[in-house]
Amino acid sequence: MMNWTLALPETLLAVAALVLLLVGVIPKRDMTFPITMGTLGALLIGAVLVLGTPDGQAFHGQFVSDAFARFAKILILLGAATGLLLALDWNEKQGIARFEFPVLVLLSTIGMMVMVSASDLITLYMGLELLSLSLYVIAAFDRDNARSAEAGLKYFVLGALASGLYLYGASLTYGFAGSTNFSAISTAVAGEGGVSLGVMVGMTFVIAALAFKISAVPFHMWTPDVYEGAPTPVTAFFASAPKVAAVALLVRVLADPFADLAEQWQGVIWLASLGSMLLGSFAAIRQPNIKRLMAYSSIGHVGYALMGLAVATDTGLRGVMLYMAIYIVMNAGVFAVLVAMRRQGRSLERIEDLAGLGRTDPAMALAMAVFMFSMAGIPPLAGFFSKLYVFLAAVQEGYWVLATVGVLTSVVGAYYYLRIIKIMYFDAADGALDPRSSAVSFVLAGAGLFNVLFFLFPAPIVAAAAAAVAALAG
Amino acid sequence: MNAAGFPLLSLLTFLPLAGVVAILAIRGDEATVASNARWTALWTSLIVFVLSLILWARFDPRVADAQFVEQANWLPEFGVNYHMGVDGISMLFVLLSTLLTPICILASWEAVQNRVREYMIAFLVLETMMVGMFCALDLIIFYVFFEGVLIPMFLIIGVWGGQRRVYAAFKFFLYTLLGSVLMLLAILALWYRAGTTDIAGLMDNPVPISWQYWMFLAFFASFAVKVPMWPVHTWLPDAHVEAPTAGSVILAGVLLKMGGYGFLRFSIPLFPDAAAYFAPLMFALSVIAVIYTSCVAFAQDDMKKLIAYSSVAHMGIVTIGLFTFNQQGISGAIFQMLSHGIVSGALFLCVGVLYDRVHSREIARYGGVAKIMPAYALVFMLFTMASVALPGTAGFPGEFLVITGAWKSSGWVALGAAMGMILGAGYMLWLYRRVIFSKVTKAEVRGLLDLSPRELAIFAPLILLTLWMGLYPSSFTHVWEASVAALVERHEAALAIPRMAGL
Repeated sequence: MMNWTLALPETLLAVAALVLLLVGVIPKRDMTFPITMGTLGALLIGAVLVLGTPDGQAFHGQFVSDAFARFAKILILLGAATGLLLALDWNEKQGIARFEFPVLVLLSTIGMMVMVSASDLITLYMGLELLSLSLYVIAAFDRDNARSAEAGLKYFVLGALASGLYLYGASLTYGFAGSTNFSAISTAVAGEGGVSLGVMVGMTFVIAALAFKISAVPFHMWTPDVYEGAPTPVTAFFASAPKVAAVALLVRVLADPFADLAEQWQGVIWLASLGSMLLGSFAAIRQPNIKRLMAYSSIGHVGYALMGLAVATDTGLRGVMLYMAIYIVMNAGVFAVLVAMRRQGRSLERIEDLAGLGRTDPAMALAMAVFMFSMAGIPPLAGFFSKLYVFLAAVQEGYWVLATVGVLTSVVGAYYYLRIIKIMYFDAADGALDPRSSAVSFVLAGAGLFNVLFFLFPAPIVAAAAAAVAALAG
Repeated sequence: MNAAGFPLLSLLTFLPLAGVVAILAIRGDEATVASNARWTALWTSLIVFVLSLILWARFDPRVADAQFVEQANWLPEFGVNYHMGVDGISMLFVLLSTLLTPICILASWEAVQNRVREYMIAFLVLETMMVGMFCALDLIIFYVFFEGVLIPMFLIIGVWGGQRRVYAAFKFFLYTLLGSVLMLLAILALWYRAGTTDIAGLMDNPVPISWQYWMFLAFFASFAVKVPMWPVHTWLPDAHVEAPTAGSVILAGVLLKMGGYGFLRFSIPLFPDAAAYFAPLMFALSVIAVIYTSCVAFAQDDMKKLIAYSSVAHMGIVTIGLFTFNQQGISGAIFQMLSHGIVSGALFLCVGVLYDRVHSREIARYGGVAKIMPAYALVFMLFTMASVALPGTAGFPGEFLVITGAWKSSGWVALGAAMGMILGAGYMLWLYRRVIFSKVTKAEVRGLLDLSPRELAIFAPLILLTLWMGLYPSSFTHVWEASVAALVERHEAALAIPRMAGL
């Protein structure tokens, strides 16, 4: 059955993207601000519609709407909206404000939403490509800047490779399982006579491609360069919404069609998680550039999130979804500070440029300190609870190596997060940063309050994540 | 609902945060903000202290179980709930925290001139974390407060500390965090095994012996760093030397007690067999700590460092007492923790008095202070005597009880603890002689002013308590007698079970 209303949010956003593009082209004057506001409005309406979508399958089983998709979509919309808010002022000051930017972000959002709702390898690919193509363009959005262009190109070449890997894996799976539909693959995998080697190889290729998208070790190499080169608000966007979408997608693919191959893929994820945690914590120690540091930090965080997936129980998967929900908010806060790092009109990227922020802008320094302690996983901040749930899952199933390495790398990670606090509070200032825009203040306040107050009312978010994972299993 | 008729413990825990909000709301130029922040912080902490006196007044020492219990849902489906309460063991630690906080704020009145608002906020947040930690009856809630302490303390050392403050702050933070994350894994394992993190619930679910060893070691990693026990004590001298005076007071007064309290609250009751198994190791480490750090204390030329090493030695006596598993030993350990909280806090304040005037902690820069500051010399003498456990001062009953308790376990351990008393008398008296007596030769010393009324107000309650604890110790010991007796009884019962099974 067609039942297209299940895809109403995506449809609306697609129409909005086309309309906004037209509206942006026709008038003679600069339309960046109105188009950004229009996009934000569309994202908001999209979120309302997502919350109202019932469960069900559409387009002959190609597209699924369930609690899991809704949870991921809300996070994606949130990430996209903060990315846009942060970009508004930054692009203006950098002289790269163009109305195509919000439209591209909107298109990539649609791609992500299709991805997390996919229940067919082809739908998944369509979503993934819509996302990737938009991202290639916005990575190089500061087109006169060599580093930005380089970031875009690097991302494109490696992204294309990942897409190739994905298609190869998908076609192998199709060849050996006889279908691209998730439920059909699931039946084929569960069937008698064991699993064919072809499906397993195909699955491995699919995992590799998705590991590239979430920048898990050993497919992380592009991350530091792209994060450093891309314009800061673009990096903020890269580190939030697409990461959540890709993690959610990985969870769905592994826990739905390939659920019965858990024994095979758990080992792969186990290694990726271990490697990401180790690399994310040790490689970040000596980084002088804060965007590179955040790149390694994001690799480390993906490692922790994957720990829950490696465990592959309901508790573990719930841990993953909670981790991503809290991570996206912490990340938005940190990048709000990065976006506000600008002195006399020039944007800054060295960690030392934050020196003395505790004096020159106490409110922002306080917020940044909260995010740093939160990322380091110190209670009572939200970041502690995100780690708590994945560690709980790992301990429950006896994954002692992962859990122990996890807590030890979190201590190493604490070192470099503390270093930023040290620079902000203990070192003397070079001079004040330029006044921050109201959008930055808004994101800072929202993310800061969430991190500080999460411990008071954790139950609703935990329940939402639990419902999302339950939908996946059922 | 509880003896106070209203949620007293939550009020004690979270009232300082109301003070934080009030301080954040202050507007005006720097001097106005500083003065208002000081007064707001002082009043908040004084109100908290007065409220905590209600706790003592309404406390029923005949009851061994938790009193003033409060419960609220937090994550009910996980079996984690907000559960607060105090028993005889924790009640006086709550009072110690609420007493030392206003004293610290008063002690920083003039010494801290820089970012006063942030400083006061850090201290009030610290108070919330300390009180909450001693009241928590749920492991996860306990862990949240236990770790939360690190954030304000890191900032206090790092922002308002001395020359090498960055190094000291990082060392403090990372050492403690490393120990604590291992404990977190053990907490998670306990959690999923019992399906609850409520301490009472965990007690009803005895941990299998094969698990106990690992769990004990994981908890040990955290508490041993906090106490600190030899050989993981090296963060303490650095942190003490670099921290501002008030930071040292709270560090020595309350934060070190978290380790001893943790052993008593979790390690011993939850893992009785492992605790008994590892007791010889604990004794060995404690005796080494007592003797080794006492010897190191002799070699110091920095007053704060000397007192820091003496803290390690005194805490060694505490850990000896805890692992004797008898009424005297544990009672003595609790007494020693409380008296050390007051006495070492007071000694750091004494050093602070000189430091505020001369800006040096080097012993050699002083000499003959008694002739210039007689009142100060008297106060310093009282606390020096208390630190060397002179009978009649707060230091004596604790050490005496611990040695009595240790004698029941092993004569050698008692001997080691007694050595600590002798060596302690040596280095403390030597310190006192070099600073206070001998001829006045330094020009700086000649110009010193004696204690100001503010400083006298700081010392007065500490002097009173030092004498009270020394002269009439039973007004304190009877508070925890019932709780400790119940603990010892449980411990012996738990040890008896496998032996019976073995027969």
